[in-house]
Amino acid sequence: MMSQSNTSSLKGRKVILHDMCLRDGMHAKREQISVDQMVRVATALDAAGVPYLQVTHGAGLGGNSLQHGFAPHSNEEYISAVAAKMTQAKVSVLLIPGLGTMRELQSAFDCGARSVHVATHCTEADTAPQHIAYARKLGMDTTGFLMMAHLNDPEGIARQGKLMESYGAHTVYVTDSAGYMLPDDVKARVSALRAVLKPETEIGFHGHHNLGMGIANSIAAIEAGATRIDGSAAGLGAGAGNTPLEVFAAVCERMGIETGVDLFKLMDVAEEIIVPMMEHVVRVDRESLTLGFAGVYSTFLLHSKRAADRFGVSARDILVELGRRKMIGGQEDMIMDTAMTMARERGLLKAVAA
Amino acid sequence: MSTKKIRCALIGSGNIGTDLIYKIQRSPVLEPVWMVGIDPASEGLARAREMGLKTTADGVDGLLPHVLEDNIQIAFDATSAYVHAENSRKLNALGVMMIDLTPAAIGPLCVPPVNLREHAEKAEMNVNMISCAGQATIPIVNAVSRIQSVAYAEIVASLASKSVGPGTRANLDEFTYTTSGAIEKVGGARKGKALAIINPAEPPMIMRNTISCLTDDEPDHVKITESILQMIKEVQKYVPGYRLVNGPIYDGNKVQVFMEVAGLGDYLPRYAGNLDIMTAAAARTAEMFAEEILAGRIQLNAVEIA
Repeated sequence: MMSQSNTSSLKGRKVILHDMCLRDGMHAKREQISVDQMVRVATALDAAGVPYLQVTHGAGLGGNSLQHGFAPHSNEEYISAVAAKMTQAKVSVLLIPGLGTMRELQSAFDCGARSVHVATHCTEADTAPQHIAYARKLGMDTTGFLMMAHLNDPEGIARQGKLMESYGAHTVYVTDSAGYMLPDDVKARVSALRAVLKPETEIGFHGHHNLGMGIANSIAAIEAGATRIDGSAAGLGAGAGNTPLEVFAAVCERMGIETGVDLFKLMDVAEEIIVPMMEHVVRVDRESLTLGFAGVYSTFLLHSKRAADRFGVSARDILVELGRRKMIGGQEDMIMDTAMTMARERGLLKAVAA
Repeated sequence: MSTKKIRCALIGSGNIGTDLIYKIQRSPVLEPVWMVGIDPASEGLARAREMGLKTTADGVDGLLPHVLEDNIQIAFDATSAYVHAENSRKLNALGVMMIDLTPAAIGPLCVPPVNLREHAEKAEMNVNMISCAGQATIPIVNAVSRIQSVAYAEIVASLASKSVGPGTRANLDEFTYTTSGAIEKVGGARKGKALAIINPAEPPMIMRNTISCLTDDEPDHVKITESILQMIKEVQKYVPGYRLVNGPIYDGNKVQVFMEVAGLGDYLPRYAGNLDIMTAAAARTAEMFAEEILAGRIQLNAVEIA
């Protein structure tokens, strides 16, 4: 084993890793990952001992749409193909009420999904009771996933997490969808949850790397009591990507945090399989940094770049305006709307008389 | 001309029912007479009494003995899908026509500028108002599909968090299924999909709707744009705050329209265009039935209980 720091206060802590590259990574690939690629990646992650991996369209169940893009295959095809090959890893899915439905959850379960992130905006947990209860009825590992968590204060997150728990969630996640949070923000929210949730309810953290804080934030979450961490091999995910899972696993190993994954195998997956799949280098660039700086949903990145090209307004200007208007996950249509309004105001686009 | 009005009952004393009182009171052909609640201490019932309505806190059963003597002919149901069927059965048996604002959808789906006339001519005894997103988007889908065939239509409704009540929140799947189905049945798309987003921004955002249609053949830009603009004018007759923000914009076979719906601010705040378009569409529907009844063109008949 590598040399470990003797001073880590987290030595011996057990943390469950959850890979996102086949779900959040779909965003970074414009939803164009093939079934064969998914099976190859998932098989390698399974062999590296990653206990959970998420597999769906980037926007989760029901995600195939003009709003979020169409993947080449249905969620059912992806889930079935991957689940059939797993030796130990559990396949999870994302379900955002208002987009995905219980029918689709049943169908995902029938295809082999055994864990679900039921996701709502961080103030709207009460749109999820049906779906969380349904997941529990199916016997799934069930997470309440509070997105854009920087837009609610720690007390608010605690109240929303308590609702998720009351609906039946095993785990409540603080989800930094905008990659905006700093370690103190994460600690405050995880601590507030820990103070109100039942001892058996786990806490998770899902980071985005837009300010380069994915790993530091995940460690901060563990210090405050989180036991589940989402990341993504090679960071393949929306915006500047998720917390790069192999880097995080290495840091855990140095600190003596037990993840149960094979670090070198995970490094190989990232380097040999994921990086060659990337269409653009997933990194902190000007636009993804803008997401983190302005607190904008990470998935807006590629949509804004496309709108910028089409209407001649800079992607950064669009993102800043979306942040100012407090647009949240799922409002991708407002990117084009905002770009069109800005283009009209700048005389670049003519209005249709109405 | 006589000043006779059709007398109405409102079932459900929440925000929707209260907002309806204002809209019906303004109507030249409708008169709000009864409001039905289930909680004697409810604010809605107290307000209704102040506005001159008779009230009962005993649910629909509290209204039934008064239907004939007060000549109630139209009832609006703003309760829940679970009790609507029973409410409708009891009132239909007394010859009262039901306007259903719940997701129950027992009767035919109604979007006023698309198919209201058809329902009124048939004297349907129960029509369903679908959902707020349905009322806000289906006219546009129909404006495209009446020009050329639409293979797929998708709508995204963004709602202010404060305007979405506990009933909708706890039953989002119903909203999704009902609206998706209505995009097909009333909008005329072969396949429909509805997405809802609840945004908590302060100050609250005004309801937004994005409508995207994929036409089978290349869209006729001129005809479709004209049809959409004409349809918007039709909706504006009962929802003045129904406004085109951007589009129609064309990309291959895709037509996209970006709408905003501001309410009238009767009882509900202006940002809650989603609630306003439901109450306005329901009131518009009742008015057309009332006009037909007053003109003697249709007659409401008691529905026999099977």
